[in-house]
Amino acid sequence: MKEELIIAGFGGQGVLSMGKMLAYSALMDGKEVTWMPAYGPEQRGGTANVTVIVSEDRISSPVLNYYDTAIILNQQSLEKFEPLIKPGGTLIYDPNGITHAPKRTDITIYAIEAMKAATETENIKSFNMIVLGGYLKVKPIVKVESVLKALRKTLPERHQDLIPVNEAGLRKGMEIIRKA
Amino acid sequence: MEEVRLLKGNEAIALAAIRCGADGYFGYPITPQSEIMETLMAEKPWETTGMVCLQAESEVASIYMVFGGAACGKRVMTSSSSPGVSLMQEGISFLSGADLPALIVNVQRGGPGLGTIQPSQSDYFQATKGGGHGDYHLIVLAPYSVQEMADFVDLAFTLAFRYRMPAMILSDGMIGQMMEKVVLPPFKPRATDQEIEQSCPWALRGKAHSRGQRIASSLELDPAIMEKQNVERQERYALVQEREVRCEEYCCEDAEYLFVAFGSCARLCQKSVELLRAEGIKAGLLRPITLWPFPSRILERYASQVRRMLCVELNSGQMIEDVRLAVNGRVPVVHYGRMGGVVPTPEEIVEELKKSL
Repeated sequence: MKEELIIAGFGGQGVLSMGKMLAYSALMDGKEVTWMPAYGPEQRGGTANVTVIVSEDRISSPVLNYYDTAIILNQQSLEKFEPLIKPGGTLIYDPNGITHAPKRTDITIYAIEAMKAATETENIKSFNMIVLGGYLKVKPIVKVESVLKALRKTLPERHQDLIPVNEAGLRKGMEIIRKA
Repeated sequence: MEEVRLLKGNEAIALAAIRCGADGYFGYPITPQSEIMETLMAEKPWETTGMVCLQAESEVASIYMVFGGAACGKRVMTSSSSPGVSLMQEGISFLSGADLPALIVNVQRGGPGLGTIQPSQSDYFQATKGGGHGDYHLIVLAPYSVQEMADFVDLAFTLAFRYRMPAMILSDGMIGQMMEKVVLPPFKPRATDQEIEQSCPWALRGKAHSRGQRIASSLELDPAIMEKQNVERQERYALVQEREVRCEEYCCEDAEYLFVAFGSCARLCQKSVELLRAEGIKAGLLRPITLWPFPSRILERYASQVRRMLCVELNSGQMIEDVRLAVNGRVPVVHYGRMGGVVPTPEEIVEELKKSL
């Protein structure tokens, strides 16, 4: 098993932490992982993206040209990364703010109304967990239990009370993702 | 106890420093390595192991604080990124002239000048050929994973003390910023005063009546004595070259085309080797782990085996000079590099190799 994934959106959407949560969960499942952010000024208010690789075997390059899956959370990222998904690969996107929907026919495309769902809940910050839940529904590369365990381990003491909100987000995402 | 963690390369350096019994860290923040000091400050090792961590007023101050600690036989270190390491060069030359062990971490970014904050390997010359003034070298280790960022901290200190010379971990923004699984080593206590007195008979520890004065200095006005010191230093360097060369050979046994790359570029090239092998092209990768001493003899062996060597570096062609010296014209050596913080993809490296088929 090997999953080469890019998560891309605006800085502040929780792109990097979503990738980190996934990487941490995979690590707890005993897998090899790399998490490579596009760091730098482009994160501040601009686009943010992170490449996450999860594999049973040793991972060579943490930098990729083509991806098995792209999780896309804004229009700029859709334009940049839709062409870089491997044929037969997967595209997951939130239609919120997308003006030109993805067009490729040789990949499987899923839509997840995560921003809409997040604004309906008590905590809008669960947005990235909703997206992660949707992703894990179509690509169950780590167990949901591992994500919850990762949350418990990585969230500081003062934020442990947010775990139920995050778990609800994960479950919500699994419910609302649909084929586009 | 060993501990498995998901860490950035920079965080791994900081945690490994605490665990390997480092006595002090002195630094000044700069992207892309600021997490080293941030992690140290968050961990507060002064409350546990007694390790001192201090944000100095500048890189120049940091390196001379390192000089002070090193002169006392302490395991002390600093870290910075390219422009900051340039500022430290005078102090590094002084450390070398005074034969003091220390660790300097350079998480490189694109240059010259202030350059960019993205990854680069353009400080290879500076790191391996001295960097400051005078005849000296540093032991230079080039990690290519977060695990090696952790592992090389203790290794660098050990080598620095064994040969009484500064060691450098030459990394870059890619290895510093990425996260991977790391097994952190078990805790090792800091050396006691007695242990330092025993293992470092040169350390400045306050003069006992029973012995003569010790001086840590790079100044000697008598050229005859100065030359003698230089000769002795060069003899030590020769020992390092003989004993401490480290490199990794990946898919090299039957290779017809050999990538030579270090650090982050070696990770990219591993993937390029996989891609080429899948097409039936016999590619291999030789990865120098010590950039000084350079694995010249091992490279030389491949000169008669492979048809071509391709040096892949995040610079305009620096390590390639050492590769060419090693093979001495017996095999064509070509360069592929990107500059200014641009990182090529493994596919681009594959295309570059195919151009020379």
